[in-house]
Amino acid sequence: MDPRAAPERLTHAALFTGFFQAGIIGFGGVLPVARRIMVEQKAWLTAAQFADLFSLCQFLPGANIVNLSFAFGARHRGVTGAAAAVSGLLAAPVAIVLGLGALYSRYGQMPLARHGLAGLAAAATGLVLATALKIATPTFTHWRNIAVSVLVFALVMLAHFSLPVTMGLVLPLSLFLAWRS
Amino acid sequence: MLVTLAALFGRLSLLAVGGVNSTVPEIARQVVTLRHWMTPAQFAQIFAIAQAAPGPNMMIVTLIGGHEAGVAGGIVATLAMMLPAGTLVIVVSRLWERYREARWRRVIQSALLPVTAGLVLAAAAVLVRQADTGWLTVVITAVSTVLLWRTRLHPLWLLAGGTVAGLLLA
Repeated sequence: MDPRAAPERLTHAALFTGFFQAGIIGFGGVLPVARRIMVEQKAWLTAAQFADLFSLCQFLPGANIVNLSFAFGARHRGVTGAAAAVSGLLAAPVAIVLGLGALYSRYGQMPLARHGLAGLAAAATGLVLATALKIATPTFTHWRNIAVSVLVFALVMLAHFSLPVTMGLVLPLSLFLAWRS
Repeated sequence: MLVTLAALFGRLSLLAVGGVNSTVPEIARQVVTLRHWMTPAQFAQIFAIAQAAPGPNMMIVTLIGGHEAGVAGGIVATLAMMLPAGTLVIVVSRLWERYREARWRRVIQSALLPVTAGLVLAAAAVLVRQADTGWLTVVITAVSTVLLWRTRLHPLWLLAGGTVAGLLLA
């Protein structure tokens, strides 16, 4: 079933409030919350439609959930629909994070805050490392993937190449290897 | 400064394969190593605040913009990071159905996977180095890595646990 053929064409207000909810509840990952709201609560999409839309958003660069709100908003109301969905998603998180940032620049260097923040930073680092391992280990079943990953890592960490240069070098190689296999 | 922020993050938007965390090594290189906007420890802390706050994990970009140029900086950096990628999504989503089974789609997908893996491992390495301010932080990082990798514990518990451990044991 094509989402564009859905009987209901959502309004700008519905797009904004739907994604606003996902943005404000979504601690430690908005995606599960967005899925619950869009598929289970509001029935905007079936589970299969959501999975298809999500695979598109994973495929393209950018934050998955931000991409998803762009694509979903645009399907319903074009560019202004995308703007409604994305601003709904980001309004609360941006306001909260800017407030936290202001607190951080004022109080972040106090001894108590510094110790707490050092612990928080160490834990957050663990989350990124664990996520990286979850992404990397399933792909490390073939020498091609291992070679490309090691090359990317070395160019960024050891050669200190910029991201644009690294991508310019590695992407053609990786595409060539994937195309030949 | 607003133009600098827009140029910096606008350039990274289309390179964020597999998510914004792929660009963390480059963001750290730009704002810590090249521009000296913040120390390595501050970068790790700002990254951690972004993780602990609600919202998508691109909030690190908002925080860096805010750190440099207040509310306007935060908004400009956020827009710069998402508009190029968002435009691409809108365009491609109109064609997506048609190419669902196309070979080039699967080729691109399997080519991007190891690139993403290398980039997020580099992001983790950058953060491990920056967050390391002593034995305690190394232990917290190791424990939170293993718990998130091997259990289904919610990330917020680990962030809270790390903060409490930092307060009590430092």
